[in-house]
This record gives sequence, C-alpha cells and structure tokens, in this order.
Amino acid sequence: MAWFTRKTEDKASSSAEQAASADAANRQASGGRLKQGLAKTWQFLNTDVRDLFKDEGRLVDEDFLRDLYAVLVKTDMGGGPADRICKRIGSDFRARKVHMGDILDVIKVEIKSLIAQPDEPLQFAASGPTVIMVVGVNGSGKTTSIAKLARRFIDDGKRVVLGAGDTFRAAAVEQLSIWAQRVGCEIVKGKQGGDPASVAFSAVARALETSADICIVDTAGRLQTQTNLMQQLEKIRRVISKQIPEAPHETLLVLDATAGQNAISQARGFSEAAGCTGIILAKLDGTAKGGVIIPIRQQFNLPVKFIGVGEKDTDLAIFDAEKFAEAMFDQSKK
Amino acid sequence: MFESLQDGLRGAFKTLRGKGKLTEANMRDGLRLLEQTLVEADVGYEVVRDFMDHVTERALGEKVLLSLNPDEQLMHIVYQELVQLLGPEASPIRIKKDALTILMVCGLQGSGKTTTCGKLAKLIEEEKKHTMLVAADLQRPAAIEQLRVLGEQIGVPVYIAPGEMDPVKVCRDAVKEARKQQVDVVILDTAGRLAIDRELMAQLQRIDSQVNPDQVVLVVDGMTGQDAVNSARAFNEALELDGVIMTKLDGDARGGALLSVKHVTGVPVKFIGTGEHLDALELFRPDGMAGRILGAGDLAALVDLARRKVDEEAQKKAQEDLEKGQFTLDTFKTVLKQFQEPGLMMRMLQLMGMTPDMKEMLENEDAEGGMKRMVGMIDSMTPAERRNPKLIDPSRRNRIAKGAGVQPHEVSGLVKQYDMMSPMFKHMAGMGVGDRMKLAKQMQTSGMLNPGAQFRMKKGDTGKRLTSDERRQKQKLREKLKRQKKKKR
Repeated sequence: MAWFTRKTEDKASSSAEQAASADAANRQASGGRLKQGLAKTWQFLNTDVRDLFKDEGRLVDEDFLRDLYAVLVKTDMGGGPADRICKRIGSDFRARKVHMGDILDVIKVEIKSLIAQPDEPLQFAASGPTVIMVVGVNGSGKTTSIAKLARRFIDDGKRVVLGAGDTFRAAAVEQLSIWAQRVGCEIVKGKQGGDPASVAFSAVARALETSADICIVDTAGRLQTQTNLMQQLEKIRRVISKQIPEAPHETLLVLDATAGQNAISQARGFSEAAGCTGIILAKLDGTAKGGVIIPIRQQFNLPVKFIGVGEKDTDLAIFDAEKFAEAMFDQSKK
Repeated sequence: MFESLQDGLRGAFKTLRGKGKLTEANMRDGLRLLEQTLVEADVGYEVVRDFMDHVTERALGEKVLLSLNPDEQLMHIVYQELVQLLGPEASPIRIKKDALTILMVCGLQGSGKTTTCGKLAKLIEEEKKHTMLVAADLQRPAAIEQLRVLGEQIGVPVYIAPGEMDPVKVCRDAVKEARKQQVDVVILDTAGRLAIDRELMAQLQRIDSQVNPDQVVLVVDGMTGQDAVNSARAFNEALELDGVIMTKLDGDARGGALLSVKHVTGVPVKFIGTGEHLDALELFRPDGMAGRILGAGDLAALVDLARRKVDEEAQKKAQEDLEKGQFTLDTFKTVLKQFQEPGLMMRMLQLMGMTPDMKEMLENEDAEGGMKRMVGMIDSMTPAERRNPKLIDPSRRNRIAKGAGVQPHEVSGLVKQYDMMSPMFKHMAGMGVGDRMKLAKQMQTSGMLNPGAQFRMKKGDTGKRLTSDERRQKQKLREKLKRQKKKKR
C-alpha cells in the first residue's frame, strides 16, 4: 500500500485491527503501522524473490544462489549475513527444484534467528523520573523520534519533560519546542550555542522538581568519528548522573533505516562513547529495508526497541523481531 | 581498508605472480574480494555487478606486466574504471550573467538539504553574486527558522511567507520577489520527502513546472545504503536532475551510494559536504571519491584543504623563513597553530587515509590537545631559545615547563621533535609540490603527525625470498624477453 493512501485510510485500518484484539487502541494502530510501513519493503523483496522463480520451481545452483545473494544484499544486511543465508540454502537445497514457499520459510527462520533479541522493554526507574538520552548522527531523525516517544508516554498517562540539548544546529531548539507544544509536555531550553550538558542538567532538575515520570534529553547530531563531540556525550551522561546516580536509564541510538553499512560503525562509535542501551530504527516507511540491523544485532548487544514509520507523532511502533522478519517476507498481501 | 583490499588481492593473486595472463579463473578470488569491498562500501548491488563485469572484461587477457604485480595491475584497472564512472570532474554550478538563476534543492528527509542550501549560498556569495534563500520546507517544524538563522549567519536574505501553506505558491512568489530585487541566484529549500510519496513528489513537479528552475540538485546522505538506487531513480524520473550533492562525508562513511546515484541518474556530482560548518562544501573530484570508496586516502583534497584553511599570511611567513633555510621554533609554532582548528587534524588524517594504527593512536592520544601544549611550551620560551633551542639547559627547561604547565620531559620531547623535523622542513623548502606530497605520505607512515611520539620507521614488506632455482628461471625469462624485444627492432 502506498504511503499516501495510508494517511487517509489510517483510521479505517486501525479500527479494523481494534476489532481483532482488545488491546489498547494506539498500540494496535502502531502494530498495523509496522506492517504498513514495511509494506514497501516486503513488496519489493517479495517481488524480487518471486522473480527468481518460475511456476514450476527453480533449480538451486550457483546462478540461483548468486541471484538470491543479490536480493538479500539489497536489504542492506551486508555481505556476511547474506552469504550465511545463501550458504544455508545452498547446503539444504542444492540441485533440487524448489518453490518460493520453501525458500521464504528458510530465509525467514534464518533472519529471525539473526535478529532474535530478548524481550527488552524500556527500563524505567524504580522511583523518581526515568531519564532517556537520545543520540545519533545528523539527520537520522532524533528530534522527531523524541516527539514520538513523548507522545507515547503521554498517551500512557505519564508526565514528560524534554531537554532541548541540541544547542548547535540552527533552530533545533525551536523544532523540539514546536513538538513539545503539539504533544503537550514541558520543555527545558538552553541558549543557542550553549553547553548541552547544562541543558541536560536543568532538564533533569526540572523533572525532579515537578516529579515528572520521564525526562527525554535531546542531543545534537554528530558523526561517530568526531572524537571531541563523542566525548561531549560522555560529559552529558556524567552530568545527568550527578542528580540521579543510575541515570540515564536508557540511551537510545537513532539509526536511519536508509543508512547502509556505515550504521555498523555508528552503532560501535555511539555505544562506546555514550553507552547505548537500544536502537530506534527511524524512516522505515520508505523503500529502505533497514536490513543493517542484522549485522548490528550480531556484533553488538544492542536491541532494537522502536521503529519509526512516518512523520506523525503517533508513527512509532515497538520493534518485534518476529513481526519484522514476517513482514519483510509476508506473502499474504499483494 | 584500501590496504586490506590490496593485501587481500595480493594474497589472492599470489599464485599468479609472474604468470602470463589475467584469466577469469585466476582472478576469481580477487574479484570476489573486490565485490565484497564494494558491497561493504554501500555501492548498490546492481551497480556492483555491472561494474564487476566491466572490470573483468577489461582485465581479461591482459598480460601481467613484469614490472607490476597482478594485484597492482587489477587495482589500477579498478581505480581507473571507478574514476571514469564517477566522473567527470565537477563543473561548478552555472550562474547566468544577466538573469536570475534558480536553484532547486531536493532530497529525502534528513539528508542535509537546509544546511547545504546555506553552504551553497555562502559559496555563491563569495563569488560576489547576490543570493536569496527561499524557505519552501513548510513540513518540518522550525525548518523555516533554521534557514532564517543560516541566512543571518551568512548575511543573505531569506524569503519567508508566514502562514502560507502551499510550497508551490511560496516558490512562485519568491522568484517574483527575487526578480524585483534583482538578485543573481535564488535557492529553493524544499521539504524532505520519500521518493514513494506520490503526493509530495507531484508537488515537487508542480514547483518545477511553475518556477522552471535552471538547476535541480538532489542532496544525498553519504551514509545511504542500497536504497540510494531507488530514491535517486524516483527523484530523477520526477524532476530530471541536473546535479547531485553528497553530504556527511566528513565521517567514515565510504560513500559508495554515490556510485549508485551516478549510475541510475547519470547526472554529474557537483559538491560534497564535509562538515557542519558553512564552508564545508568541496568541489567534487572523482579520483578522490574513487579512493574513498576503495578505502584509500584522498591526497589532493588534503592539499586543497591545507591551502584553504591555512592562514595565507602565516604560510607566507613560514615559507619565507624556510626559503632562507631557517626553521626556528617560531616557524614550528605557526605550522602547529594552523593545525589547531578543531576537527581539522582529524579531517586531514582521514583524507590521508588513516591506517588502523594511526586511528588507534589518535584514540589514545588527544592530538589537538597535544598541539596546544606544544604551542604553550614554545610560548614560554624566550626569543633566543626559540631561535636556538640548543640553549635550553635543565634549569631553562624547568622554567619553560612551569610556564607552560607541563612536565619537564615534555619540553625535551618537543626539542627532540623539532630537531628531527627541522632538516626535513628545510629540505621541503626547496621542493616542488609533487615532491612535498611524496614527503607528506612518507611522514604519514613514519608518524610525524603524532606529537610526542618518536619516529618509527615502519619496515616494509621484504617480499618472498626466491630460491636460487626461481631466480635462475626469472633471469631466463627476462633474457628471453630482451631477446624478443631486440628481434622486434
């Protein structure tokens, strides 16, 4: 389903899913959104995989494996995992005629096992405000993701304080302020060009003072190779923990789903400098597959916690490895 | 990375050394490795395949030159092909002489459009042309504000239509206004959009047809993966692009997506963005990018950066000193100071193609801080000491250390480093550009840019030792070739 039709049919589809389950309305909607957001992904993959087959099935040989490799690499999963899946299929099916269903099942199982992660919801503080720090490279979607997180918490009846820690980029503070106003939460701002650590400090102080439930601290976008800026993240962490020793309780890395293999380097750099505890995979509503989380999952102990599937503040869904793998290769939809 | 690719190729081609021709069979391992490298650099897979076929075809049947190793030879072919694919050399954006030039900037969300608009405006303004920025991104909160601030920083007017909801109308009105004000160039900053969002893509087409821009530029994030093929194709189909700008290339992204974009759109790459500051926009050079995609350094960009960043006057002074054969600690200080701009050091090292141990070294040691300390020490010296560091005895050393707030042994280290560098710099004064670049490469391997470190001479690979049998065979082969050559004459 194309994205623009989704906008108008949003209500209808989510209400249809409400009927299916008695779960909270917005959760259900985001569950549907995951599928819709990934619609393009699996459509693409599915047609691509389907292209490999004729009606009577296809012989698994060198040529076939090369074609399959191409399809897998195009998801951005990288050479390693694609190779692994191809080898598996090669050893299981070589010289046999196969049908799409068999191959898809194997790919799904393999991807599921590659991205399997323990069910890790956000860690909340036992008492007092939970501090969440959000980091990432420039333009990955940090600010929008923060707005979505805030919206989610507010819908859950929590009180949220935002810290506008991007004091570097022009109008970043304004951007977050507009979001704060839209979702209805308090925001602590600093001066343009000021010290982000001091903004983080006052945001946490404000959260303590007003006994808010959640404090989300924004940071300026930075490349993982900028050592001095990465050190700044450590400083922000240190300053935050001065008031609440175990804070930040979560440090979320926002990754752009369109990013390629450089996302691995991002995951490495940010987890080393900022001690990330999870990933938000943003911009999954395009044609990008976000397959790079597969090598990331393999190399680092970083669970994907949320996925971003649109520009609205409700377009955030909890990541579900099972569904992710299913949705990537869903056959039922056309 | 480049080295690892080259090492890998060397390994893969070991058996080939001294053998006649490159064939499909004996190149297989090497080509496989090359394919992997390109995939890891985020080159779109269809493009990788095309490229591999092309390289294979060209390399096939080529005689292995005795003077080159097969890996070097293949590498050479690969590099040439890459440069050709990425080329031609960027022609800067054409600005009409007596009429308004309209630039339209588009791309996905978060690719860096607004910042790039600011950089472009600055660049054009530097050419003494009047520029106007147009805030046509009505989608993202505070995008208008961001452009307004950028305009203020550069001193360029920004067209803002408060309350207007239709970007098409904003662009139309802005162009009218620009004509009235007689500016030379107007830059339209459009909202980020997904290539599959038909509604918004249609909106771009409407702007295109109503405003009729002279140049439509696509901004692509340097970290983009395989999806670059899809989005670039969609934008090109909707708008007929005139150029591409790739951003965020100041990190460790290899930027292979550029190859995909180039492949599907065929439009020239104009600029690359290499930082958050407004002057971090560089003209695109295919040879540098080819090196980057393969993981090698980009020496020409280094020279360019050094030339642009380094204070001309200070450079002139240092140059004069050097020409006179004087390399005092004062000269050393000016050289050091030029490297002090934050991040410059890292960028220069990246351009040089950082080797893994250099990276490690930098992570362990704060190079920029180290320079600051060195400048501090030189500042604490008397003019006489700066001219002639031999004067520095233990008591002077202690004084300097106290003055600069460092340990005395650091002062000795500095003097030692100066002693080592001065003959080199003096030597450099008498050299042409090419020789200097060679020397810079040498210094890179010997670790000169690591303040406080001792010179290390890296021992090169001595290669495999030939047995006397093999030596005799090679001798025979050479003589045979010589005879053949003679015969031909």
